[in-house]
Amino acid sequence: MTTTHPESTAELTVVDSGLLALVQDAGRRGWAHLGVGGSGAFDRPAMALANRLVGNDECAAVIEVTNGGLVFTCDAPTRVAITGAALPVKVGNRSRWTHEVIAIPAGGTVRLGVPERGLRSYVAVRGGIRAEPVLGSRSTDLLSRLGPPPLRAGDVLPIGRPRGPVPASDVVVPPPVLDEDEFLPVSLGPRADWFEPEAVEALLRSRFEVTADSDRIGVRLAGPALPRRIHDELTSEGVVEGALQAPPDGRLTLFGPDHPVTGGYPVIAVVRDRAMPLVGQLRPGQGVRFTRG
Amino acid sequence: MIQLAEELITRRCGDTGLLVELGDNRRVHAFAAAVRAADLDGVVDLVPALDTLLLVVDPALTDPPAVEGLLRDLEVGAVARAENRRVEIPVRYDGEDLSWVAEHCGLDERQVVRRHTATPWQVGFCGFAPGYAYLVGGDPALRVPRRKESRVAVPAGSVAIAGQFSAVYPRRSPGGWQLLGHTEVSLWDTEADPPALLLPGDEVVFCEVAS
Repeated sequence: MTTTHPESTAELTVVDSGLLALVQDAGRRGWAHLGVGGSGAFDRPAMALANRLVGNDECAAVIEVTNGGLVFTCDAPTRVAITGAALPVKVGNRSRWTHEVIAIPAGGTVRLGVPERGLRSYVAVRGGIRAEPVLGSRSTDLLSRLGPPPLRAGDVLPIGRPRGPVPASDVVVPPPVLDEDEFLPVSLGPRADWFEPEAVEALLRSRFEVTADSDRIGVRLAGPALPRRIHDELTSEGVVEGALQAPPDGRLTLFGPDHPVTGGYPVIAVVRDRAMPLVGQLRPGQGVRFTRG
Repeated sequence: MIQLAEELITRRCGDTGLLVELGDNRRVHAFAAAVRAADLDGVVDLVPALDTLLLVVDPALTDPPAVEGLLRDLEVGAVARAENRRVEIPVRYDGEDLSWVAEHCGLDERQVVRRHTATPWQVGFCGFAPGYAYLVGGDPALRVPRRKESRVAVPAGSVAIAGQFSAVYPRRSPGGWQLLGHTEVSLWDTEADPPALLLPGDEVVFCEVAS
C-alpha cells in the first residue's frame, strides 16, 4: 500500500487486522447505474462521531473493525477516537476505552479488545486515513472489490494533515447497544403486494435470527417462510440499502452497504434509514423484530 | 416522446428509494436521461433495470414522495436519443460452451456466431459487478438456460449468453452463463471517465475476429 502521500504527515501500520478491518468513509454515490453500489461505513453516526472527537470532517476515512482485535501503531504522536461497538483499548500498557479521545505517543501501539455487545467499531485518527480514493471514495466495497483491500498485518496507511481545532469535548456517552432482540422500524414495499397478507403479518410478528453468514453485503435472517401471492419471476430491479429481500426458499436478506445494485427477488419491506446503524451492530445469533414506522 | 404524468406507476422503497415502473427498457433509458437532465435535488443515484428505474434519494435532503411530485412535471424524450452510443466489441468465438449452445439451439457453431454478431444488442442495465452490462435485444434463436453448475472463475473478457441476455465479464469472477468466446477489450477501468465501456442504453455490436 502507498507509503508516501503529499497530504500525509504520518503513517499508521497495521500489526494485526483481527477478523476484518476495512477503510470506510461516507461511500460512493452516483455510480449505481454502472453496477457500483454505495458502500461506506455500516454504522455512519458512529463514524461521524469518531471523526468529530478528533476534529476531522465527519466523513473522513476511518477503520471499520468487525468484532475488535485490530492492533496498530502510529509513527508520530496523534489522537484517535474509537466509537461504535464499545470495547477495551490498550495503548502500550495503559487501559483506555472507546468513546473518548486517546493520545498516542510516537511509535505507540493501540490494541482493540473484543466488544461484548455490538459488532462494528470505528477508529478515527486525527487527520483521517488517506488511502487512495476510487471513484471518489476510500471505502472498501467487498462485493464490487473496489477501494483498499481488507487490511492485513504490515499494511501502512497514510494519515492526513490535521485541519481545524480539536473539539473541547473529549469524551461522549456511548449510545446503548442491546444484546437482546433488536426492534427495527420498516416501511412495507416496494413489493409487499407480491406476498400473501399472512407473510406481512409473519414479518411483523415473528422473531428472526441473524445467521453467521451475514456480512456487509447482507444480514441473513432465519425465520418463518413468507408465502408469495404472485409467483411470477421478478425481473431484476434496483434495490436500496435496508431492503428486505425474500427469496422463495431462502433466508430473508437485509441488504447492507455493499449490497448488489439490483436484485431478482421481491422486496417485502425496507428498514428505515435511521435504523441502519443498528443493523450494522447486529451479531450472529441475535434476534430481530420488525415494526411498522 | 413519452407522456408520463398520468401513467406513472411508482413504488416507494423506505425513505431512500422510489421505484418507477416503466414497462420497457427504452422507456427506462429515456426516463433516466430526463431525470438526470432535471438534476433533481436529493436524488443521488439512478439504477435502470429491465423495465424499472430506481431513484435513490438522500433522506437528509428529500424523501420519496417529494421526488415523486417532481417526476410528474418531467419532460421525457429527445435527450435520450442523442445520448445513445454504438460500441463495437471484437470477439474471438472460441468459448467452452459454443458447441453446447449450438446443439441446444439446433444450429451449427458458425450459425451461432452469425446470430450473435448480426443483431445489435442494447445495454439493458448494469449490475452483478462494476461494468457488467446486461445486453438485451439479441437474436431470440440464441436463448439458452444458464449452466447447471456455475463456474468458480470465468476469465475477464469472456463473452457469454443466458436467457434473453448477453454480457462480457469485466473481470475474473464466478459465473454461470454459457461462454461463446472472449474479447481483449477492457470493460472496466476505474481511472477512465466513465469507468465502464458500456453505458445503460448503448447499442452494442459484436464482430468476429479470426481465431
